Amino acid sequence: MNALEVADLRLAYGAREVLHGLSFEVRRGEIFAIIGPAQSGKTSLLRCFGRTIDFVAEARVTGTVRVDGEDVRRVKDVFTLRRKVGMVAPLPVGLPMSIYDNVAFAPRCAGVRSRSELDVIVERCLRQAALWDEVKDRLRSLGTALSGGQQQRLTIARALSHQPEILCLDEFSIAIDPVTTMRIEEVLRELRHEMTIVLVTNLVQQARRLADRTMFLWNGEIVEMGPTEVVFSEHPADRRTYEYVNGVFG
Amino acid sequence: MSATPSPSPARRFGATPDVLRRERAQRIAKWVFGAMAGAMVLPLVAIVAYLLVKAWPSLGWEFIADVPRKGMREGGIWPAFVGTLYLVGISLAAAAPIGVLAAIYLNEYARDNWLNRLINLAVINLAGVPSIVHALFGLGAFVYAARFGFSILSASLTLAIMTLPVIIASTREALASVPRSFREACWNVGATRWQTIRAVVLPNSISGILTGVILQVSRAAGETAPIMFTGAVFFKAVQRGDFFPYRLGDQCMALSMHLYTVSTQVPNVRESIPYATAVVLLGSVLLVNATAIALRVWLRGRKKW
Repeated sequence: MNALEVADLRLAYGAREVLHGLSFEVRRGEIFAIIGPAQSGKTSLLRCFGRTIDFVAEARVTGTVRVDGEDVRRVKDVFTLRRKVGMVAPLPVGLPMSIYDNVAFAPRCAGVRSRSELDVIVERCLRQAALWDEVKDRLRSLGTALSGGQQQRLTIARALSHQPEILCLDEFSIAIDPVTTMRIEEVLRELRHEMTIVLVTNLVQQARRLADRTMFLWNGEIVEMGPTEVVFSEHPADRRTYEYVNGVFG
Repeated sequence: MSATPSPSPARRFGATPDVLRRERAQRIAKWVFGAMAGAMVLPLVAIVAYLLVKAWPSLGWEFIADVPRKGMREGGIWPAFVGTLYLVGISLAAAAPIGVLAAIYLNEYARDNWLNRLINLAVINLAGVPSIVHALFGLGAFVYAARFGFSILSASLTLAIMTLPVIIASTREALASVPRSFREACWNVGATRWQTIRAVVLPNSISGILTGVILQVSRAAGETAPIMFTGAVFFKAVQRGDFFPYRLGDQCMALSMHLYTVSTQVPNVRESIPYATAVVLLGSVLLVNATAIALRVWLRGRKKW
């Protein structure tokens, strides 16, 4: 079974349709990159997976999104669904609480109370996010006091804390330096063995470095989708793909 | 680009007449605006100074702790002082929970539909109702319809209704100052709205909420009309220094009401008595406001982003 199946997904904000009937699937355990210029609907698409699109009052979704075979609009417990779909936003958001509490927040919301259990989760996630060594001596200090790159890794640690099956990253490198970006990319390569990763990026080379398959989304339509080496080859199926990844436009 | 010769290096940053004119305008604007801001302080200083001078002969702890004697012409204001404490305390006890919870609903849960727009409209309009109208409403609703009679309860509830919309407005403002990105980060990891509110929104807006509520004390303490119609009386016999002279169903004296009566209803009162009453009223209010400011400063020092 695929980790994620999307069929004829349409999304409109009021009268403005931004996703025009997308169909694709994300396979279990792969890194799936979505590339495309700004305003092509990448973020909106991600928000349909965990139904965080519900928070946008005027959004209307039709078509189906299946996570782990289950139609997300039919799930009764949307909170568990959201824990299954980890989400990392473009700008790092350290919550105004301690580093420890930042990571322990989601497990606590899910009902984990035991201190020792939380300790294990916090250490595991901070290690996975390559942040542990930098913060292990000050877990009690504020998450918001970390640097931008550290906060982004904290955000990733928080997204990992509820053990998602799919980890979605929305242009995670937009606010951080290249060195941190490379570290996080390293982290993602490690994580792929444990979960499916959907990587939205407008750094096409990042998709090329990381992804197994890449989808080129443009103006709410899939221009091309295929193995990354094909999308980035000299002869992708669509001319526009070649032009976009080679910087002719976008 | 036109081919004007570049000015000599020495003159490149020289001020042209145009620049000088702009600088002059800026200086004038700064002084005028500054003077207006400064002028704001004048009335307060003038009021306080005037009151203090006029009240001086009567002022002292004795004035607060003693009961009025000889038809208000002698003695102090203890029953009125305690009465105001009662009225303000009970009205806040009623208005603060309702107002804060309503504001949390409106800011955190309510979707933008006609019902919530209607509620918003009601809150805004309630804030604009004159206090004398609140007084009439309190008279009809609490004194007669609810059969609370002319009592502290009726007067407090009337004050509560009057302060409610402002508490709601200030609480909403405090809640809205917590960035939406924090909420979304919580929702993204599967937190419910309530978990988000408890973990992130309330801890970071509590200072604003509390100061908003406390500032309503000053409004409630100063109002005369609403309590005059519903439960405040001209005179009530009370033991000197007694902190619990009233029950909920009793009528009571109040500072604002006392100020009104000794100023207009009682002949041959020493001039300093109404002024001293005013000083006590103003002093209590300023003290409460100072507490609010201190609280805000203290809590802001612990701000987390």
